[in-house]
Amino acid sequence: MNSYREIISNGLWGNNQALVALLGLCPLLAVSNTAINGLGLGLATTLVLLLSNTSVSLIRHVVRPEVRLPVFVLVIASFVTAVELSMKAYFFDLYKILGIFIPLIVTNCAIIGRAEAFASKNNPAKAAVDGLAIGIGFTLVLFVLGASRELIGQGTLLSQAHLMFGEAARDWTIQIEGFKGALLAILPPGAFLGLGSIIALKNVIDHWQQKQTAKEPVVEATPQESPG
Amino acid sequence: MQFSTYSSPHTGHSENVTRVMAQVLLAMIPGIIAMTWYFGWGIVINIFIASVAAISAEAFILKLRKRAITPVIMDLSAVVTAVLFAVSIPPLLPWWLTVGGMLFAIIVVKQLYGGLGFNPFNPAMAAYVLLLVSYPSEMTNWLPPRHLSTHSLDFLATLGIIFGNGLPQGLSWDALTMATPLDEMRTQLDMGKMISEIRHSPMWGDYGGLGTEWVANWFLLGGLFLLWRRIITWHIPVSMIGAILIMATAWWLAEPEANPFPAFHLFSGGVIVGAFFIATDPVTTVTTKKGQLIFGALIGVLVYSIRSWGGYPDAVAFAVLLMNMAAPTIGYYTQPRIYGEQEKKGGI
Repeated sequence: MNSYREIISNGLWGNNQALVALLGLCPLLAVSNTAINGLGLGLATTLVLLLSNTSVSLIRHVVRPEVRLPVFVLVIASFVTAVELSMKAYFFDLYKILGIFIPLIVTNCAIIGRAEAFASKNNPAKAAVDGLAIGIGFTLVLFVLGASRELIGQGTLLSQAHLMFGEAARDWTIQIEGFKGALLAILPPGAFLGLGSIIALKNVIDHWQQKQTAKEPVVEATPQESPG
Repeated sequence: MQFSTYSSPHTGHSENVTRVMAQVLLAMIPGIIAMTWYFGWGIVINIFIASVAAISAEAFILKLRKRAITPVIMDLSAVVTAVLFAVSIPPLLPWWLTVGGMLFAIIVVKQLYGGLGFNPFNPAMAAYVLLLVSYPSEMTNWLPPRHLSTHSLDFLATLGIIFGNGLPQGLSWDALTMATPLDEMRTQLDMGKMISEIRHSPMWGDYGGLGTEWVANWFLLGGLFLLWRRIITWHIPVSMIGAILIMATAWWLAEPEANPFPAFHLFSGGVIVGAFFIATDPVTTVTTKKGQLIFGALIGVLVYSIRSWGGYPDAVAFAVLLMNMAAPTIGYYTQPRIYGEQEKKGGI
C-alpha cells in the first residue's frame, strides 16, 4: 500500500513532521536562528532518523510489544551518541553552537514517532527511505526557517558557512548592504512567528492545489476543438 | 388626541464602540498637548503617521478577510491603538519603524486573532515591545524636555529627521537626545550614587523628571475623565497604582537613599498612561471585578520588579503583555457566585 513514491512525498510534504505533525518543535525553534545552524541540526537529525528507522525495522519481529518503546529509545540514543561524538570530532565549532540540542535529538518526538508509526511495521528498505524522506523534510524546514530568520534578523545569508563546509566556504556569506535587520527574528518570538508563517504558506499552497485538482476534470471535460 | 406611550425601561443607552473610543481619544488630548509642549512636534507627526498606517493596515486586512471595511474603520479602535502607540515611542523615531509597528499591531496582533474583541494582547503594547526588542538604539533616542534642550527643533526639522533626511547641520544624536528620568535614575544608582546626589541634576522636577511629571499629570486628568464618563472602572487603575505605591513605599522606607521615592515611580515613564489607558483596554483585561483587582495589582508588582531588578528602565508594556496572557486564567478563577448557588468549600 505504501509505494516508495508515496513515502517520499509524504515525508517531504504531505506529512512533513515539522509543518503538519508539528513534532520536534523544541530543537526546530531553538536552533533555527541561522541557516547553517538549521542545516547542521537537520542533517544530524536526518542521519539519526535513517539509522534508527532501519534498525528498528530490522528488529521489529524480535522486540516484544510490551517493551518496544524503551528499546526504540535505546536504539535512538545509541545513534545520537554516535552522531554527537562524530560531530565533536569533525565539526567542533558547529557542535559548540548547537550544544545541548545534539544530545536532545534523542527526545525529538519525530524520531520515536516514525519508529513507532512506520519503521516497526514496515520492511527495512521502506523504513530507510521513510527515515531519509522525513529527515530531509525536517531539514528543509529548518533550513528555510533558519535562512529567513537570519535574513530578517541580521541581513545575512549563510553566515558562518565555514563551520560546516570548511574554510573554502568562508566567503559564501551574502550580506545585504545597509540592512541591520530586525533583531526580533533571531530571538525566540521570531521562531514562532516564522514557523507560523511557513505553516500558513504550506496551507495556502495545499488549498490552492486542492482547488486546481477540483477544477481539472471540468477542464478536461470541455471539448478541445476550436472551430474556425 | 393620543400620544404614543413607551413601556419601561425609559432610559436609553447610547454607548457604542465608536463613542467609547472617541471619548478615549478625547481623554488623551491634554496629555498629548503636554507632550508636544515639552518634547516637540514629533509626537503629533507620529500620531499622524501611526493613524494613517493603522487605518490602511486595517482596511487592507479586512479586504483580505472579505469583511465589511467601513464599520470597522469607523469604530476608531485602530486610531486609539495608533495614538497609544505614538505616545509610547520616542518623538524622533524613523517613520518606517512607526509604520512597521502599526502593521504588526493591526495585522498580526489584532486581525489575525479575529479583530477587535478577540485579540488576547494589547496591540499597541505588542508593537512597542516588538520595536523595543528589535531596535533598541532607535527606540531609546528620547528627547529632553524643552527647558533643558540646547537645540530646539521646529516642525520642519522634526519632519525631516523622522523621514530620514538626517539631522540638521552641526547636530549629533548625542547632542540631541537625553536619557529618560527612569533611565538616568537607574544608571546613576548602578554607579553607586545616592538619591540625594542624583537629584542635584537640573533634569528633575518636583517628584519625577522635569516635564515628564507634568505629562503624567495631564494624562491623569484624562484618566479621571474616563472614570467620570464610566468608560473605565476604578478597579484596574487603583490596584495597579496601589501595588506600585505599596512596593515603592516599602523599599523607600527601608533604604531611602537607594530606592526612589514612591511618587517618582508613579509619575515617571508609562505608569499613569498604562494604568488608565492601556491596562484598562476592555478586550485584553479580566471581566470580573475581583479579577480586575488582581490583574491590576500584578501589573503593578511586575512594573516595580522589572524597574528595580530587571533589565529595562521601564516595564509597563512588558507587564501589561504578561498579564494579558494571564487574564483568562484570572477570569476563570474569579467568576462571581451565581445568586442562590452555594459557596464552594475547599481549594481550586
